[in-house]
Amino acid sequence: MTAAPLLEVRNLRVEFPTRRGTLVALHDVSFSIAPGEILGVVGESGAGKSMTGAAIIRLLEPPGRIAGGQILLEGRRIDNLSQDEMRRIRGRRIGAIFQDPLTTLNPLYTVGRQLTETMQTHLDLSNSEARKRAIDWLEMVGIPAAAQRIDSYPHEFSGGMRQRVVIALALCAEPRLVVADEPTTALDVSIQAQVIALLKRLAREKNTSMMLVTHDMGVIAETADRVAVMYAGRVVEIGPVREVVKHPHHPYSIGLMNSIPPLDHRVERLAQIDGAMPRLNAVPPGCPYNPRCPKVFDRCIVERPDLLDAGSTSAACWLYDRAEAPHV
Amino acid sequence: MSEPATVFEAEDLARYFDVSRPALQRLLSREPRRILRAVDGISFSIPKGTTLSLVGESGCGKSTVARMAVGLYPPTRGRALFEGVDLDRARAAADQRRRMQMIFQDPYASLNPRWRVRDIVAEPIRAFGLVQGGAARRERVAQLLTQVGLSPLDGTKYPHEFSGGQRQRISIARALSSNPDFLVCDEPTSALDVSVQAQILNLMKGLQRDLGLTYLFISHNLAVVRQISDRIGVMYLGRIVELAPAETVFVSPRHPYTRALMDAIPDLEMIGRRRIPVGGEVPSPINPPSGCHFHPRCPLANDRCRREDPVLKPARGTPQTMVACHAVEEGRDTGPTAVPPLERVGSSPATSA
Ligand SMILES: Nc1ncnc2c1ncn2[C@@H]1O[C@H](COP(=O)(O)OP(=O)(O)OP(=O)(O)O)[C@@H](O)[C@H]1O
Ligand SMILES: Nc1ncnc2c1ncn2[C@@H]1O[C@H](COP(=O)(O)OP(=O)(O)O)[C@@H](O)[C@H]1O
Ligand code: SF4
Ligand code: SF4
Ligand SMILES: [Mg+2]
Ligand SMILES: [Mg+2]
Repeated sequence: MTAAPLLEVRNLRVEFPTRRGTLVALHDVSFSIAPGEILGVVGESGAGKSMTGAAIIRLLEPPGRIAGGQILLEGRRIDNLSQDEMRRIRGRRIGAIFQDPLTTLNPLYTVGRQLTETMQTHLDLSNSEARKRAIDWLEMVGIPAAAQRIDSYPHEFSGGMRQRVVIALALCAEPRLVVADEPTTALDVSIQAQVIALLKRLAREKNTSMMLVTHDMGVIAETADRVAVMYAGRVVEIGPVREVVKHPHHPYSIGLMNSIPPLDHRVERLAQIDGAMPRLNAVPPGCPYNPRCPKVFDRCIVERPDLLDAGSTSAACWLYDRAEAPHV
Repeated sequence: MSEPATVFEAEDLARYFDVSRPALQRLLSREPRRILRAVDGISFSIPKGTTLSLVGESGCGKSTVARMAVGLYPPTRGRALFEGVDLDRARAAADQRRRMQMIFQDPYASLNPRWRVRDIVAEPIRAFGLVQGGAARRERVAQLLTQVGLSPLDGTKYPHEFSGGQRQRISIARALSSNPDFLVCDEPTSALDVSVQAQILNLMKGLQRDLGLTYLFISHNLAVVRQISDRIGVMYLGRIVELAPAETVFVSPRHPYTRALMDAIPDLEMIGRRRIPVGGEVPSPINPPSGCHFHPRCPLANDRCRREDPVLKPARGTPQTMVACHAVEEGRDTGPTAVPPLERVGSSPATSA
């Protein structure tokens, strides 16, 4: 990547202090996102995808806290800002889209009021300018008859329309980065296609960067430029979308991609990864994937791999340690 | 007859809900009653040992059909027949209830959190008096847990100690404990990750093969449906608009809605490409559009479509497909005015590259 990254996450560590000791939810998570780039984040539920997004926008559920590492937005650290300073950055420079539109929208206010208030908090706009822009945004996200619908309440919209309003809200202050956590999971395929097309168009037209969290690999394939695969609180593989989806290197990514049911033909038995991802308090020593890994060897049991150069991607797997690996 | 016996049959099944406001308010504002036609006259049958899947957008009535199929909702019209016996009449018959079970989407909500797994699994065994004596019952529970890929030792734990996929295994073990012949599965893998979904689908296919089970399977994920179904019914606003062998639906879908749905699927072959969204919103089942319910979103709609309701009948050209569409009947569904191209669907990655 030639351009300076818009977002850089370096060795991020997130901990949850509990009565029975400290749970480490994220270990050493590092990645960057270039301007206008969409980074997809995939992995089983509990892998730490949402946690990573929440740490970036500083909406970790207490008692969760950032216990190490750095987060840089346009070269400036934001992980050490006060909650007040962070509040200004959220909305203005980082927008957030969550899975359930109802948690983001206020049922008591019209969608127009929510849009104009958000814009006026962050941008210097008169009332009439803000209202005009709110209508433009509703049109841009594909709400028919926006000028008439602007004074409607959220419950008067269908699920798909509400999610589009949430997108308009996240984008209307023209943030540089959007963190979207499962933005289409609650939607039907038909509406999902509309929302994805919209996110892609806006990323392109406004040069907005995006971190797109989802467990839907189809959505990732058509939307993301690069993909990070997470497992047990770590990034285990990262690389260009085509490589990670079509030619993954990490044994977990390979298992994950193989378990996707094919759309274009029927198979007798789907490939599956046996077992389950370990809980945070029971992650094995060595490589966290070692109990499920078909390629496990001695070193994996005792020593944990960091991201290594695996050719077209980086993978946290000893198979790619040039010096030592037995041949794949 | 050499055909396998029919296990389940829906005959013009319909279920309406009255969603009117309270009578007084309605009278004051002179509002008419509001009737929501969740399911509006659908018919299909499922031969023994096979899977019929229902697909369609949210709110089209899939779960309502599922609930009628196991007798949880009485139909407003039509009949649900289990081995030829009307469920509504036989609702009291314990043996029928024993032989049909339902698996739900949310493995969290459908298990009693205060019961140990072994009691959850044993509950139908007790209720139907299937096994006599505590020792025999414990043995049967251990066998069921093993059958779904859990350990008999898991029986002493509580549901919260399990992951989503493991909880879905527990619900399957419970459903199997009454030795059913017919399982109605409403989005059984939709709440699960792909890797866990593959485990559950493999389990369900194995159980069908080993136990000769018959499935009514509901999902909005077409790739999943392709893996598990023998036949597929595509629903739109409470009706079946296309009913055909599974492979036929994927290789040569006929109804304009089915074709649009196929084009809207995200797909790994789509790297960098754009899907064609189905335009417009799903209309309301309270005031469905006149004539063909799909006409406001259909590229082939004409005056007849706005006026006249199409009936489900064998499609011109592919008679093994049942389809409800005037354009198909009139032969208007191919040629220059037809719906967007379909090459991608059913083609292998090699040919679509
Ligand atoms: N008990 C009820 N009272 C009133 N309306 C209902 C009731 N149950 C379902 N409906 C309505 O009937 C229609 C069909 O609902 P159903 O749950 O069968 O949809 P579905 O196809 O399963 O959708 P999804 O994919 O979202 O699960 C919807 O419009 C729904 O709001
Ligand atoms: N409030 C909390 N206290 C302790 N652990 C938590 C809390 N919230 C989430 N976790 C744990 O952190 C891990 C990562 O969670 P999350 O980021 O939500 O996963 P994902 O989004 O990938 O499904 C999981 O193991 C989850 O159980
Ligand atoms: S390091 Fe070893 S156990 Fe871990 S993924 Fe690689 S081969 Fe498997
Ligand atoms: S009947 Fe008419 S409106 Fe309905 S699907 Fe066929 S062509 Fe379209
Ligand atoms: Mg999450
Ligand atoms: Mg449903």
